[in-house]
Amino acid sequence: MAVTAYLLLRMHNLFAVVMMSSIYSLLAAVLYVVMDAVDVAFTEAAVGAGISTVLMLGTLALTSRIDKKSKLIDPIPLAIVTITGALLIYGTLDMPPYGDPTAPSHHHVGQYYIDKSGEQVGPPNMVTSVLASYRGYDTLGEVTVIFTAAAGVMALIGRSRRRKKKVKRA
Amino acid sequence: MLTQTSILRVVSKLLIPPIMLFALYVQFHGDFGPGGGFQAGVIFASAFILYALIFGVDNARKVAPAWMTRLMLAAGLLLFAGVGVVTMLLGGDYLDYSMLANDPHTGQHLGITLIEFGVGTTVAGAMITIFLIFDGRLRAEKED
Amino acid sequence: MQIVSGLFNYWIVIVLMMMGFYMVISQHNLIKKIVGLNVFQVSVFVFYISMGKIKGGTAPILADGIEIYSNPLPHVLILTAIVVGVATSALALALTVRIQDAYGTIEEDEIEALETEMQVKDQEELP
Repeated sequence: MAVTAYLLLRMHNLFAVVMMSSIYSLLAAVLYVVMDAVDVAFTEAAVGAGISTVLMLGTLALTSRIDKKSKLIDPIPLAIVTITGALLIYGTLDMPPYGDPTAPSHHHVGQYYIDKSGEQVGPPNMVTSVLASYRGYDTLGEVTVIFTAAAGVMALIGRSRRRKKKVKRA
Repeated sequence: MLTQTSILRVVSKLLIPPIMLFALYVQFHGDFGPGGGFQAGVIFASAFILYALIFGVDNARKVAPAWMTRLMLAAGLLLFAGVGVVTMLLGGDYLDYSMLANDPHTGQHLGITLIEFGVGTTVAGAMITIFLIFDGRLRAEKED
Repeated sequence: MQIVSGLFNYWIVIVLMMMGFYMVISQHNLIKKIVGLNVFQVSVFVFYISMGKIKGGTAPILADGIEIYSNPLPHVLILTAIVVGVATSALALALTVRIQDAYGTIEEDEIEALETEMQVKDQEELP
């Protein structure tokens, strides 16, 4: 995945960039399956590798295809990125190792859901029962966000206007 | 070139009904396996998007006219919020599904099914709307 | 070395995150910025999901005979986050289309140049 991200940085043909980002999403979905997150993998494959790519291709068709040459190694952003990365790596030195069953994040609320969701809610798929029943408010908010996004797109480019493009000031 | 287009048309005519069926399967089996509202909505929208890509935006607009996609968008969200209001009217808290039936388990199951259906409808409507707007703009610019 | 093998997944996520961050702040083309944002988001999701995995566990679907399940809570949060992410990307792409209409270009430096030109012209016309 790191190789894909690096290629995304370097490529200039925007069509290839969009395809690479779709491959990146697909690799992430495979990684989610390896990490036992099947619902998330399903959603990432459908949404990231499907809808996101289609919308980006649509935007590409409406704008340009080639990214004009920009400086490849920009010193100030590179410095910011390196400092932030170093700080984050320093921060992870305290974290529990991968797959540790004694990590604190698994013991309080997560354990409660695993134990009780069978008797209190019913469906075998714990992710659905948490999503729809224990955390139903969050799902309501999420549906509102999608609704707002569709309304926003309708407001931004919904009307088919025919007007002359602004003359570029020479 | 013509044979290429006719292969695409035939294959997509064969594929679109199974895609919709799969979307409905994922929607209603969200309780027992991976799946649920969001995935189902996206897969359902992708069937319409495939139709729009192969047969053109004008035909796609005839199948999914603007009023229908707007209705799908709003109806899903209303269903979701409405279930919450119904549980409040029946005496419990907002979105407390145990009030919907005599047995709390049945109530939870009913509530979750209705909610996921609302989510799936809104997501499908949103994705179809967004794609058809992008595509409609593309055709309008090509005609300029 | 025990530390490295245990923390390796966090470090690789940080590398991905920094690459996405770099794409957002340094690229001039607006579509590449949006792609960089996407890379950043996906890396954050991988981070959360990798924190939720338990060694020897399975997918969080109740079945007979399985003792250890992976923690379902991060899955729920990430599910919401993925969908919100695609909504944000869709709005960002719609904005890009409008910017293309208004300025004729989607390169950031050309847009800034046009903006300063228009500001200078407005100030000249004021008194």
